[in-house]
Amino acid sequence: MEDMLFYDRMQFAFTITFHYIFPQLTMGLSFLIVFFKWNYLRNKIEKYNDAAKFFMKIFAINFTIGVITGIPMEFQFGTNWAKFSELTGGIIGQTLAMEGMFSFFLESSFLALFIFGEKLMGQKLHLLTGFLVFLGSWASGYFILATNAWMQHPVGYEILENGKYVLTNFSALFSNPWLLPAFLHNQLASMVTSSFVVASIGAFYILQNKYVEHGKLFLKTGVIFGMASSLLVAFPTGDWNAKNVAKHQPASFAAMEGIFETEHAGAEIVLVGQPNMVEKKLDNKIAVPNVLSFLTYQDWDTQISGMDKFTEEELPTNIPALYYAYHIMVGLGTIFIGIMSIAIFFLWRKKLFTIKPLLWTIMFLFPFPYIANITGWYVAELGRQPYLVYGLLKTADGISPTVSSGNTLFTLLGFIGLYFLLGMLFLLLVGKAIHQGPKTQTH
Amino acid sequence: MEIFWYIIIAIVLAVFFVLDGYDFGVGIIHLFMAKEEKDKEVIAKSAGLFWDSNEVWLVAGGGMLFMAFPTFYASVFSGFYLPLIIVLWLVMFRAIGLEFRSQFNFTMWKAIWDKAFGVSSLLLALFFGIALGNVVRGVNLGGVENGVSLYEKHYFFLPLWNGSFSPTHESPGIIDWFTIIIGLITVVTLAIHGANWIILKTNSSINTNLKHVIFKLTIVQLVLTIFSLGIWQFLVNSNSLDNFFSRPYLLVFPMLYFAALFGLFRIHKISDGQAFTLSTLLIIGGITSSLASMFPVILPSTNTINESLTIFNTSTSQYGLSTAMGWGILGFILLFVYMIIQKRLMGGKIDDMDYGH
Repeated sequence: MEDMLFYDRMQFAFTITFHYIFPQLTMGLSFLIVFFKWNYLRNKIEKYNDAAKFFMKIFAINFTIGVITGIPMEFQFGTNWAKFSELTGGIIGQTLAMEGMFSFFLESSFLALFIFGEKLMGQKLHLLTGFLVFLGSWASGYFILATNAWMQHPVGYEILENGKYVLTNFSALFSNPWLLPAFLHNQLASMVTSSFVVASIGAFYILQNKYVEHGKLFLKTGVIFGMASSLLVAFPTGDWNAKNVAKHQPASFAAMEGIFETEHAGAEIVLVGQPNMVEKKLDNKIAVPNVLSFLTYQDWDTQISGMDKFTEEELPTNIPALYYAYHIMVGLGTIFIGIMSIAIFFLWRKKLFTIKPLLWTIMFLFPFPYIANITGWYVAELGRQPYLVYGLLKTADGISPTVSSGNTLFTLLGFIGLYFLLGMLFLLLVGKAIHQGPKTQTH
Repeated sequence: MEIFWYIIIAIVLAVFFVLDGYDFGVGIIHLFMAKEEKDKEVIAKSAGLFWDSNEVWLVAGGGMLFMAFPTFYASVFSGFYLPLIIVLWLVMFRAIGLEFRSQFNFTMWKAIWDKAFGVSSLLLALFFGIALGNVVRGVNLGGVENGVSLYEKHYFFLPLWNGSFSPTHESPGIIDWFTIIIGLITVVTLAIHGANWIILKTNSSINTNLKHVIFKLTIVQLVLTIFSLGIWQFLVNSNSLDNFFSRPYLLVFPMLYFAALFGLFRIHKISDGQAFTLSTLLIIGGITSSLASMFPVILPSTNTINESLTIFNTSTSQYGLSTAMGWGILGFILLFVYMIIQKRLMGGKIDDMDYGH
């Protein structure tokens, strides 16, 4: 039983982590594509249209791999988490089915038209199809976040005598207080990833001295949107989410912030340190007193419950992993704001395109928002443990009762092998598209 | 309300098999028939342009099944664990083949991905057929051994095969000789359908030859169908045709199937569009006949201890079903609009079109 749970969790963690590399780029990128296309309609400068079409090519590669790595996510609810599906399918099935109905059909229908239909449709309709692709991809994010929000903070349900969860209030799924902050935070984080990727490709072209005019456009656009989204992802949306965790999942809040002992007055904010689970303290801690209380409650002296206030049962199962995931996310987010501020300063002084060290930094920055996005999701998922549905259904009670650990390990190994292949081909294709550049338009 | 969602999901899955069915079929034809590079290119493209929007129907159907019949979803997906994951791998491998073949202009690169596309299409058709075979044959619900259920009454787990390969074994495996026959029927059906798609959408040099192939495959299809019906009725499940006797109006589905099948014998005389319509009806007739023979059962039990799964004992609450009907209708209207727009802009033969920018 123990190792069944372990392999089910490993397989889900592995496949969802790999999957989320792709949608996090496509959601933000679809917004930037619409931005480029819209600018082209206004100013008729050809490089804006090139940019829209170039990034649509990158989008299409990511979308394709997003679709084929997304199907296993839906399947796994049934294959590996059958008990969870049986009990809660009547509720989370609503939002997941709506995702298929309202976003995948929209996205896939109009993506094909955007890619192949520019000549047939004319410019205005082409912009409209791009906008519909954007709408579809953001709707998909919305329905997934609505599903996850219900698992984090269940609303609008009733538990029947046989243990099944049934829906009693459909609109509560969408007015869930967990949903809006989580959705905005997630979409802005996706904007960070795509802006940084756009800026990175721009810096690459400038440093290569190839497609320099396009490179400058990409870099400028990437830096401006990168700055805005890095700020907004931290404040107000990140802050808002942290307050939600403090309010609805206080044990997870203490664990992710690394507070072992409750202080009499204000709680400190931990910047660095390693959780020592034997002695129940942080090793090598660097912390600033009272700041956490201020950030959470706008009051320097409000008491915040530490992990000592909670029983073993209430605390997340893997505290160090949760703590690190959270601190990596916040740390990277802070670094992003720093680097983007420097870039914006030099953009304003009209020197951005000539400062080599800064261009190199921006070029190599693109993997880090992926790490921040994925660790952010780890915070949400590890923080909810040991529950699948917070406070109600334990993760251990959600697995498929008939699928043995040997079968799950077999399929996990298969996924690892196949995703390795998929990952290599993905890099090859994106590399090829970048190498061909924004001017060549071969299909 | 259960019946409403049952029909909707049946339609969505039928559409999936009609749409993705032609690109599986294209893969099968590609594997065995396409010899010249020019044909290989255009035939692969006739699937490659559409596969991902076709597969969205699978995702949508899966989501609806999850929402409306969660107990069925949980039971079937965990019980058929291995074949479903293998299907996923094949779906991915096939997509890799389709998307990556035209990326580099090396003979060997293309040959590798052509085989990946062709073989995985063939295996997918076979596996989907085997899955259908399992559903009509039934499974050992509750994992009954010596009169005792090992699991809750609606759970089961099937190995890929057991030593006997017999559909009448107390605890049958996924692959037995009955499900293999259904798998072969599916391969033949989709090959016919894919061939019709190639004729309709391309000017490949094998088009005339394909019509002869379709004619031969139709004969094979007829023989296999009659053979499998005989086995089903006389060996696997003697009640398999009862629904058609008690509700004779259900006979419209098998009649549709046989009408389409006999229509395909006239492949040399009818237009390309008519031929494609016939193979579409053949798929729809096949799926609806299988479902109608079982209704309202959706997964028969092979033991007498645990009852079969039906649409009534696996569904969610009435409130959930009726709420979803509201947004479902809206969603289908929108979908219909997208399809009209897409159809108007993407008709005609592939090689006549300018798909560059």
